[in-house]
Amino acid sequence: MKTTIALVDGNNFYVSCERVFNPALERRPVVVLSNNDGCVVSRSNEAKALGIRMGVPFFEIRDFVKSHGLIWLSSNYALYGDMSARMMALLGEFAPHQEIYSIDECFLDFTGMPGKVSDHGRAIRCRVRQYLGITTCTGIGKSKTLAKLANHVAKTHRQYQGVFDWEELSLSEQDALMDMLDVGEIWGIGRRLAPQLQAMRIRSVLDMKRANTTLMRKRFNVLLQRTVAELNGESCMRLDDVAERKSQILASRSFGRPVTALQELREAASSHIIRAAERLRAQQSSCSQVTVFMHTNRFRSDDAQYNPAILVPLTVATDDTRRLIAAAMSGLESIYRSGFRYKKIGVMLTGLQAAHAIQKDLFCAAEQPRATRLMTTMDRINRIYGMNTATFACAGISQPWRMQTAQKSPRYTTSWNELPQAG
Amino acid sequence: MDSTSTPPRRSSPSRRIPIGVPLSPALNPNRQALPLGAGRVAAGFPSPATDHVEQRLDLSEYLVLHPEATFFLRVKGDSMTGAGIHHGDLLIVDRSLSPASGRVVVATLNGELTVKRLHRSRGKLTLKAENPAYPDIAVNDEHEFQIWGVVAHVVHTP
Repeated sequence: MKTTIALVDGNNFYVSCERVFNPALERRPVVVLSNNDGCVVSRSNEAKALGIRMGVPFFEIRDFVKSHGLIWLSSNYALYGDMSARMMALLGEFAPHQEIYSIDECFLDFTGMPGKVSDHGRAIRCRVRQYLGITTCTGIGKSKTLAKLANHVAKTHRQYQGVFDWEELSLSEQDALMDMLDVGEIWGIGRRLAPQLQAMRIRSVLDMKRANTTLMRKRFNVLLQRTVAELNGESCMRLDDVAERKSQILASRSFGRPVTALQELREAASSHIIRAAERLRAQQSSCSQVTVFMHTNRFRSDDAQYNPAILVPLTVATDDTRRLIAAAMSGLESIYRSGFRYKKIGVMLTGLQAAHAIQKDLFCAAEQPRATRLMTTMDRINRIYGMNTATFACAGISQPWRMQTAQKSPRYTTSWNELPQAG
Repeated sequence: MDSTSTPPRRSSPSRRIPIGVPLSPALNPNRQALPLGAGRVAAGFPSPATDHVEQRLDLSEYLVLHPEATFFLRVKGDSMTGAGIHHGDLLIVDRSLSPASGRVVVATLNGELTVKRLHRSRGKLTLKAENPAYPDIAVNDEHEFQIWGVVAHVVHTP
């Protein structure tokens, strides 16, 4: 059967979420900055019109604040996460299979569904705009690669009004449109591969569609061969509609300022472990290895550089935050060197296994039911009363090393104390 | 060495929450799913209630019909006291409802969120306060105006 796949995403997602609760941001140039207020990660159309590119460091565009009334916001992941969960739940109702691809986009499998597929795209657009105040774009095609490309067309070609289906064009019209699109717009090509392809005279999407698949595999890899097949309407990538258990859990953040003291590194590593362990228990896993790593700032050539990492094995897999913190602390203390200005610390939990299938050690006490109860209780408290209501003192109280989020909006949908107000 | 081959499934509350549905932890319908009568049964006499176990009533079931489209807002000011909406009350706003004339709505007006009663007659929209101290607002092209959502319920603490 002919495969029909749609890629749906929310336009300017983070900025759009902010605007829902702060309508004063409408019609103004707005950007949302990454962790630590470093780089631009979301832009309103007005900000795009000023020529602000994705990923630029904020200091490069700071002048727009005065000259053009640019508004900048720190990222508010509590808000974006909740709005994303709502959007994904709504989108999931439109098709039997859904693969959530990122915080603001998902694939939907419309294969075999009756009716015009673009009508579904328009219904989605109506529904999500009304329910959430977020505008979506939908791209439709016979493969994931075509759906992704169609989404780009839906966004950039006004006449399609946010919904574009390749199958509504004739073959010659499809080719004519593909001829106008740069090869770099193809899913998985990106900035690194595009120049290499261009050197082989593959400049447009159409060039890529007509490329020799064997040559693609020889010169590059099987992924690129698959991309060519997908551009020709052959679906090679299935939808992963089951959210798989993660095989590793990573938690890391840059500091708000360089950190030198071991005590501050201890606090930061503990706070990362606390977060990672919550995620570990949420997927009902235990882990048997804890890795601690840290970096100095590689962009500061005057600073001495030191980027150590250490893996600490555990005798018995655990999901107990206290035991994970202890492991991380011993790792940290063995790699810590004074005299460096650290920029970032992170922890990674690996050797993940289902919590109930833990291999027990002859010489170690098995996980106490008391410990399990304690963790379950803490998780429940934090779920009901908000993150870090019940936490560990070793993560620090004032946490002066934390990154800056100088302009963070309220957690409108996840905190009783920060609800939007209506006058 | 010992590893359990077919372990009982642990049921942690987070496991039972369908993806995307939770609104806020406190109003999560799956939060305290302790059925009545599930308590300890003393050896001897079985509780006569065990045959009649039902879910305890959950307020969010009553107040939140469309969880994805429902948002909570806090009332600021006294422009709607006539409709029983007071400063500090909690508005349960359902964006999936259609804003029929006569309903209390939240609207964006010139960059702010406001709660008023919506009136529509002969194509003209008016936002009416329910307090004589506040004039009606006839919506015109000069307003930056949009209906944000329909107030489904108001939670008031006396």
